[in-house]
Amino acid sequence: MVLEIVKTTDLTKKFRELKAVDGVSFSVKKGEIFGFLGPNGAGKTTTIKMLTTLLNPTEGTATIANFDIKKQRDEVRKNIGVVFQEPALDTELTGEENLEYHARMYGLEKDKRKSRIDDVLKLVDLEDKRKVIVKNYSGGMKRRLEIARGLMHYPTVLFLDEPTLGLDAQTRRAIWEYIKRMNKEEQTTIFLTTHYMDEAEYLCDRVGIIDHGKILVIDKISNLKNSVGKDVITLSSTNEDKLIKILEKEKWIEKIKKHDNFVTMGVEKGDEKIPIIIEIAQKNKIKIKSISVRKPTLDDVFLSYTGRTIRDQEVQNNSKERIPPRFRRH
Amino acid sequence: MNTREFQAIYVMWLRQMKRFLRFKTRLVTMIIQPLFFLFLLGSGFRQAIFPSLEGVEYFHFLAPGIIAMAILFSSMFTGISVLWDKQFGFLQEVLVAPVSRFSIIIGRTLGGATTALIQGFIILFIAIGMGVPVAGGFGIILTIIFMLFISFAAVGFGLILASKMNDFQSFPLIMNIIIMPLLFISSAFFPVAGDKTLQTIAYANPLFYMVDGLRGSLIGEANVLPIWISFSVVFVICIIMMALGSYLFSKSEV
Repeated sequence: MVLEIVKTTDLTKKFRELKAVDGVSFSVKKGEIFGFLGPNGAGKTTTIKMLTTLLNPTEGTATIANFDIKKQRDEVRKNIGVVFQEPALDTELTGEENLEYHARMYGLEKDKRKSRIDDVLKLVDLEDKRKVIVKNYSGGMKRRLEIARGLMHYPTVLFLDEPTLGLDAQTRRAIWEYIKRMNKEEQTTIFLTTHYMDEAEYLCDRVGIIDHGKILVIDKISNLKNSVGKDVITLSSTNEDKLIKILEKEKWIEKIKKHDNFVTMGVEKGDEKIPIIIEIAQKNKIKIKSISVRKPTLDDVFLSYTGRTIRDQEVQNNSKERIPPRFRRH
Repeated sequence: MNTREFQAIYVMWLRQMKRFLRFKTRLVTMIIQPLFFLFLLGSGFRQAIFPSLEGVEYFHFLAPGIIAMAILFSSMFTGISVLWDKQFGFLQEVLVAPVSRFSIIIGRTLGGATTALIQGFIILFIAIGMGVPVAGGFGIILTIIFMLFISFAAVGFGLILASKMNDFQSFPLIMNIIIMPLLFISSAFFPVAGDKTLQTIAYANPLFYMVDGLRGSLIGEANVLPIWISFSVVFVICIIMMALGSYLFSKSEV
């Protein structure tokens, strides 16, 4: 039995000069939900495209269920299910037809096709919409159908590229439940990418944080959070740089970082530390403008590795972000 | 070839049939448009005198031209519609499936050819019903072979366009600047044999051999070249277009 379903070694993809994915090595274990968390343009989709044989890696290799992604493409393709970031359904066919055509291409026998279509439609609660043309589906229904389709041929591993991008809060919750359910009921190993921290937190057993094509850290969510401290204190003041220099000397403060006009640090028993910090600041004639304490999030982890938050990155990217191709026509 | 490859060909074909038959308005326009051409041009130019036609009735001359036009347009559209699949993401779904790109092309081409032939036959039957003469059983068989070749060549040409184009904006441009002029000097609508310059240009036009060959096969008169010459030329064009189209498609990245 293969325990490492996905295994990559120094996987690299260059587009001319740009290294979209830069020497990425990781493995996904059987039965787990593994997530790539990172801002847009971090190299998540490019990694998925290489692992699903749509792009050839420039350097490095990867195996899926022990099959090489370069040399054993057909074997790899048989073992994977993919839900792309952009919808990949034939919108002029019914939901059922989309599933049936998929099953045929993956070589499922007639009887098996029928029962499997029933199974996966049930899993995503689309049984009553099976005869409806996909054009008339809502965004969430389309995504559910794609997840169902990805599961049709009993893949060893299912790739989900930003599974809830562009969906409303309620639909996102529902999609999360379906992902959890198929992981549990079908024991499908899942590799997903996301730039939503709540999504990674809710779904993933382990998370790899990726930025500028490089993996910064891979670990369990609880470990990642503990690495930045039990509590996180964020403050703004009249002289951040000076304050950081002073606070850096305190042994009970971990991972102090400045971003925008805020200073963030990890501490234990955060509410007891607030008065101490204020006292230190006053002694040095620095005025604290605001201060707060909270439990650490994955964004704090991202911040501690990159000096920026994923949210900052989003704002930066949004201004220059390309319009997704499917909207470009109009 | 294993069963999965056959299934892939079948799925690509079936998908096109479903799409073709499901949307009635599209179906109706695709059939009505060439019929408009047939009847409007047919009645409008009936009184015109083309010396090179020598007593062949204009309507009989026009019918094969319109059949060729309908097949050309419909097949080219099939090839180009790969671009739609690319745009709407469906192509990715097909490309990660454990089937070869070759099967995908074959299925798509067969699907395109089937829909084009359905249209061609509808026009053919209407034309025969309107009194267009048929040059015997062998003529009909030749006609069908020509229709198939025209269709394959046009699907191939569409695939070439689809792999070179990134959006639909250049599509009307190509239709108006390349296809329409080629169609006009292909003798589909009026004879080119009467004018020496026109005839010389026509020899450089692939569509001319398609239209002329189809006309010779179907009505058995008014063709400029012997049928075997048109047949050979069209066969070669068909092979080139299909080979180039599938090559470019297999190289295209998503």
